[in-house]
Amino acid sequence: MVRADGRPVVVRPDAFAASIHGGLSCIDCHADLATVSDFPHPERLAPVSCASCHDEPAAGLMRSVHGTVSAAAGGALQCAACHGPPHQIKPSSDFESPTHKLQIAETCAECHSGLTGPGARRGPAVAGMFADSIHAMALERTTVAPACTDCHHSHDILRKTDAKSPVHPPNIPAACGTCHGEQRRLFGDSVHAERLAAGSPGAPQCASCHTAHRMAATASDEWQLAAVEQCGTCHREALATYRDSVHGQVTALGFTPVAKCADCHESHQVYRVTDARSSVSPQNLLTTCRTCHPSATPNFVQFQPHANKEDRDRLPALYYAALFMDGLLLSVFVFFAAHTLLWFARERIGPSDEGAHHG
Amino acid sequence: MADRRYVRRFGRSERLQHLVLLVTFLGLAATGLPLLFSDAAWARPMAQLLGGFGVTGTLHRIFAASLIAVSLVHVSWIALRVLRGERGVLWGPTSLVPQPRDLVELYRHVRWFLWRGPKPAFDRYTYWEKFDYLAVFWGMVIIGGSGLMLWFPEFFARFLPGWAFNVALLVHGEEALLAVGFIVTIHFFNSHMRPRKFPMDMVMFTGVVPEEEYARERPLEYARLKSKAALEALLAPPPDPRFERRARLGGGVAIAVGLMLFVLIVVASLTR
Repeated sequence: MVRADGRPVVVRPDAFAASIHGGLSCIDCHADLATVSDFPHPERLAPVSCASCHDEPAAGLMRSVHGTVSAAAGGALQCAACHGPPHQIKPSSDFESPTHKLQIAETCAECHSGLTGPGARRGPAVAGMFADSIHAMALERTTVAPACTDCHHSHDILRKTDAKSPVHPPNIPAACGTCHGEQRRLFGDSVHAERLAAGSPGAPQCASCHTAHRMAATASDEWQLAAVEQCGTCHREALATYRDSVHGQVTALGFTPVAKCADCHESHQVYRVTDARSSVSPQNLLTTCRTCHPSATPNFVQFQPHANKEDRDRLPALYYAALFMDGLLLSVFVFFAAHTLLWFARERIGPSDEGAHHG
Repeated sequence: MADRRYVRRFGRSERLQHLVLLVTFLGLAATGLPLLFSDAAWARPMAQLLGGFGVTGTLHRIFAASLIAVSLVHVSWIALRVLRGERGVLWGPTSLVPQPRDLVELYRHVRWFLWRGPKPAFDRYTYWEKFDYLAVFWGMVIIGGSGLMLWFPEFFARFLPGWAFNVALLVHGEEALLAVGFIVTIHFFNSHMRPRKFPMDMVMFTGVVPEEEYARERPLEYARLKSKAALEALLAPPPDPRFERRARLGGGVAIAVGLMLFVLIVVASLTR
């Protein structure tokens, strides 16, 4: 027997006994029941407060974005939204529990999949992205891989704009570094980390390049090519001049076996060119170029991979070569376009007087 | 028509050289343009169609090596003819070297365009044919030279400064654009598609030209051959119709490919 909203009319003793609360008696939670002497008790009992035992998680939920969700978005979440029917709650270590690590993504997806229905709660639709990520794939093999709660926490989930949130941009390296310690160490004193710590808006952290939920394998062509564009969102001129070079043209065609930003500049250990630690500092440039061009010479590395043909001061030879080529193309095409059009008109509309001179 | 007389204008070697030039040129253009216009919508599919990064690059280098080879053969062939004492190779009415006469002919030709004079009498090679011919030399030095630099940068960097490679990269693309643009518009029009020649002039493929056409188009050369009684030796039978059909088909394909590449360049330039 179930009610119209699907809840069972009676508590099933076997299911309750198997739940983590199976050892408790009814009145441990239903305090108002203790004072009832006339059974059957009233249809509606007072709402149970989980906080009477679980004060810390409950306080976290109250502070969290889930605790303050506007009524328009479905109203604040209750414990049961994630933990399941109150009389059947299982510990998170139980594979059947909706809060078990392997079930979490699916549980969160109930609100975060972008699906809409009558009375559905809606959060940012990120579940689908996560499902295709390397984190989700890794979760199928090892529970060391992160589920939603590893990055966002479970009860005290805060918006990323909240400075206390683990996914607030300046906090992201620490969050990712929980597992990716070496990458965090390498990123640690890069120029990007420096800007991030200085509160520079748009300074890159892990998710800027790796994305937050989609998280593709860095070995994939798709990700490597997208990363180039990502660098270009801040480094616009560098991307534009890169696209003028063979490296940039080949990657623009979708092929990756040539230098991309990180191949020369490193991915995590990005430093200013003037910094001796930079892979493209004068001290390290030859070594870096030799990764792909093993017999590169000091002359070879004087090639400017980000050449701007309009920058006369930096590369006068290129500037004047471009000027010469423009002039050459223009003069040849203008001259011969006129020559050709006149010739066409003469042959097309004019009666031929060919042969007149040798008649 | 059966007894229509033909005059031999190009030998087997010249026609073969032109054929190799044509095939390698279009091959180089087709495999190079996706890189030059890598931001165009057609660039990715075209690069994939041509076999992807490795294959396209290899094809480009095979065409390049073949074109360099045929150019060296051509230069050796000229040098050999000069060394053997053949006259009129480097100067005179039968030479491809530009001479003051060519400026006069250009001037008169333009006057004819403007209805201000009779059509000038041309000799064995006209000024626009000399331009086409010498443009290949210029192009070979510029595109071939910069191409070799980009092919073997580590070798050339032993003695060239780094900026030379920036210049090489720019010049290789720009000069290629000039070459492709010129060939598929100006050369195609002048030699093949202008009203009197449309759709194509077969002489570079068959080697022979009808006698009356020769007399009309190159009256000076024709008159000289006649006066020296050299014409008889150059008379040839009409081209084999089957060969001519095949040549027309091949030439037509080449023109179509060239024009297609031109359309791609225009599309890329307009949408850039």
